[in-house]
Amino acid sequence: MKTESLWSIFINASLINNFVLAYFLGICPFLGVSGKMETATKMGAAVTFVMIISSMCAYGLHALLEAINAPFLQLISYIVVIAATVQLVEMFIKKMSPALFRALGIFLPLITTNCAILGLALFQTNKGYGFGESFVYALGAGTGFTLALILMAGLREQLEFSEVPKVVKGTVITLLVAGILSLSFMGFSGLSS
Amino acid sequence: MNKSLHKHESKGFFASLAENPSTDEFIKGLWKDNPVFVQVIGMCPVLAVTNTAENALAMGLATAVVLVMSNFLVSSLRNFIPKQVRIASYILIIATFVTIIDYAIQAISVDLHKSLGAFISLIVVNCLILSRAEAFASKNSVGKSVLDGLGMGLGFVFALLCLGSLRELLGNGSIFGFAVFPDSFQEWIVMILPAGGFFTLAIWLLFFNVLKAKKEVK
Repeated sequence: MKTESLWSIFINASLINNFVLAYFLGICPFLGVSGKMETATKMGAAVTFVMIISSMCAYGLHALLEAINAPFLQLISYIVVIAATVQLVEMFIKKMSPALFRALGIFLPLITTNCAILGLALFQTNKGYGFGESFVYALGAGTGFTLALILMAGLREQLEFSEVPKVVKGTVITLLVAGILSLSFMGFSGLSS
Repeated sequence: MNKSLHKHESKGFFASLAENPSTDEFIKGLWKDNPVFVQVIGMCPVLAVTNTAENALAMGLATAVVLVMSNFLVSSLRNFIPKQVRIASYILIIATFVTIIDYAIQAISVDLHKSLGAFISLIVVNCLILSRAEAFASKNSVGKSVLDGLGMGLGFVFALLCLGSLRELLGNGSIFGFAVFPDSFQEWIVMILPAGGFFTLAIWLLFFNVLKAKKEVK
């Protein structure tokens, strides 16, 4: 682990093992908020922010739990930190931009149950990343999530104008598009050396 | 005994059960409101761990157990939890049960625990469990909530099995590790890869859409 450079951690988290398309984390907002480009971008930014904060907190918490020898509290303490961070972001957005607050709607509090964020905290603990590595890993994961969301939003905006059979309309066609997107992201696996 | 069973069947097993209102809570999760195929929630584990039928079954059962236990506790505490902090309390309840299940699976089979990886812990953020706690268990009696959890949980297991066995069959030529096709069968590697998860779910949803459309025409 020590030899892994920060740059390769970033590329790994954002492209090669994209959280949405390779690990299937954060599928709910991926399918739910990817209807419009604008909301997708802002959702991505909000998730990235929560990811970075909670990943930093998770690093500290892990060290603390190690010190008091209570690993069984890991899951519970992580989820509480994430919920608190989301609450903070929600209050911030509500104050700064009520329009965005309305556009994100129910999906904003649902960031708490976004598996990508808890997944990130668990993965970085499993991999034994240090402080700097955790930060870069969170940044990469957030970028990858935003990228997938934006790509999907672009595709779905085009889909609006195309004629699809009635039976595949809605979720089915979205899943098929996501599958093809996931296939194309596999091309990045050549980047790892 | 045999005769009465037969009578039941001729009437339609599910139809005869559905006439009883208390079993209604149980049946709806299995078919009419199936969490995966109809409500399309709890997608992350559905796609991530269904590359073999065995993983799918284990994941489904773990989720179902957590769902039943959290529904039970949430509904028995529903008059004590203040409304403002209910979501946080539900998540704490769910996280507790998930931790228990996590350690239980590790004790039962280390291999299984390894192949499911972090996804057992991620049951905490499965929207299905939280949505049942919020939409059903917090408003209904303990008995009803347990039935609801049981039905939804089994519906979830059923859906995961559908996906897992199809993916394993096409991607590996086997079901539960037993070879089905002869050696000459060319595996569809793509079905085991992440992309296959999206495709398989799309295929199943398409199948149910076609069924529904046919029913409407009739």
